[in-house]
Amino acid sequence: MTTHDLTPTPGQTIGPFFGYFNAAEQVHLPFEDGDHLVPPADDRAIQLTGTVFDGEGTPIPDAMIEIWQADEHGDIPKQDGSLIRDPFAFTGWGRGTTDNVGTYRFTTVQPGATDEGKAPFIHIVVFARGLLNKLHTRAYIPETEGLENDATLSALGDRAETLIAKRDGKRLIFDIHLQGNNETVFFSYPGMDYPKP
Amino acid sequence: MTSTNSPKLDPLATADSQETLNSEIQDISTTYEQRVKADPKQEETQPRLNYPPYRSSLLRHPTKDLHHTDPETIELHSPAFGHRDVHQLESDLTIQHNGEPLGERIVIRGRVLDGNGRPVRNQLIEVWQANASGRYIHKRDQHPAPIDPNFSGVGRAITGDDGTYEFTTIKPAPYPWKNHHNAWRPAHVHFSLFGTDFTQRMITQMYFPGDPLFALDPIYQSITDQKARDRLVATYDHSITSHEWNTGYRWDIILTGSQQTWMEEEDHDHS
Ligand SMILES: [Fe+2]
Repeated sequence: MTTHDLTPTPGQTIGPFFGYFNAAEQVHLPFEDGDHLVPPADDRAIQLTGTVFDGEGTPIPDAMIEIWQADEHGDIPKQDGSLIRDPFAFTGWGRGTTDNVGTYRFTTVQPGATDEGKAPFIHIVVFARGLLNKLHTRAYIPETEGLENDATLSALGDRAETLIAKRDGKRLIFDIHLQGNNETVFFSYPGMDYPKP
Repeated sequence: MTSTNSPKLDPLATADSQETLNSEIQDISTTYEQRVKADPKQEETQPRLNYPPYRSSLLRHPTKDLHHTDPETIELHSPAFGHRDVHQLESDLTIQHNGEPLGERIVIRGRVLDGNGRPVRNQLIEVWQANASGRYIHKRDQHPAPIDPNFSGVGRAITGDDGTYEFTTIKPAPYPWKNHHNAWRPAHVHFSLFGTDFTQRMITQMYFPGDPLFALDPIYQSITDQKARDRLVATYDHSITSHEWNTGYRWDIILTGSQQTWMEEEDHDHS
């Protein structure tokens, strides 16, 4: 490759061996407290959870999910230290994996609006064995100001429903369907050309 | 949309031969090349999400068009990483245990740039890989090749001010998998990258030049364009090879263009 070639490098699947984390050992990408952006005992703590499904509705037990979000005031974190967490510092980024029944869980805070009247969302990236490139989506927070006239959601019509998390007490539930009738809306951004075969 | 009755979803489909796979791969390739010849704008630079020769992609790809949109708010920023997160020694995968790992010691060096050619500075880069026998440290890896007690196969680094990174590791071996009968992956190192915008987040695989398994591998071939596939192949670089110690490979990584920087520059122009 020459340095003149500025075409983006292609992605590839994360494959099956991206690792796991348990009390005894950490292997590869997952890490201790990767899915705890704040400690569960934090007064502000909520849970973002959901199940990742394939096109037959079968849960996917080998997906890796990352989230990136503003803090409860809508401020965008600039703090490093996600990999070795300081429980008093909010970095806005988390990484978790789905369990044997396809469920992921993050402990985090509910993001505030980054701009007045702007519907807040948690950005989500999905990686999985069998998924040949990353997929971006957004979990919008239910019953927040700005949802009804959000331009992106309006453009999606009925499918916008797939992007709005459901509230259950201190839980926000956001299932991800890679394929099928309830297929989640995934986004592509400028410069990223997913082929359309 | 694939139906449950598709023969390709039959568990016995793993009995498909390499010849069957090769002909599926060839058919897709021929169709693609004809299409690009007729209309060069159809050139593909990323893997297909729906690539039937990679059987696991059948039920795990979206069938609806992805929604093209401009990044908003947090998407124009990325999490921050630094030496608080990553120790300098984590980029050497050969010193994580008491003894020397077995295999060919290599250095992989390169730069991470955005689509405008600007270096991606002080950002996290992670790698993971099989050992010199083609075995991962992973509960799901059942390949009967030896684990190396001196090699975990995981490394991290923070890019320099000029976007450079460097890992010292062991050249991984090919390994078998269950996509079809006698399926083998070309030797590869998995890479995970962040940019300045979270929309640039990516995970990919780096390959080694001249691997005889390239033509047979549906994951590598899911990138239908040869020029694009070549972007995942490192170059042997004798200037990275060091005397009586390691061989060297160079591999640069280009992320999609940063929208954040453009916007800041535009704002600047207008102020
Ligand atoms: Fe691999």
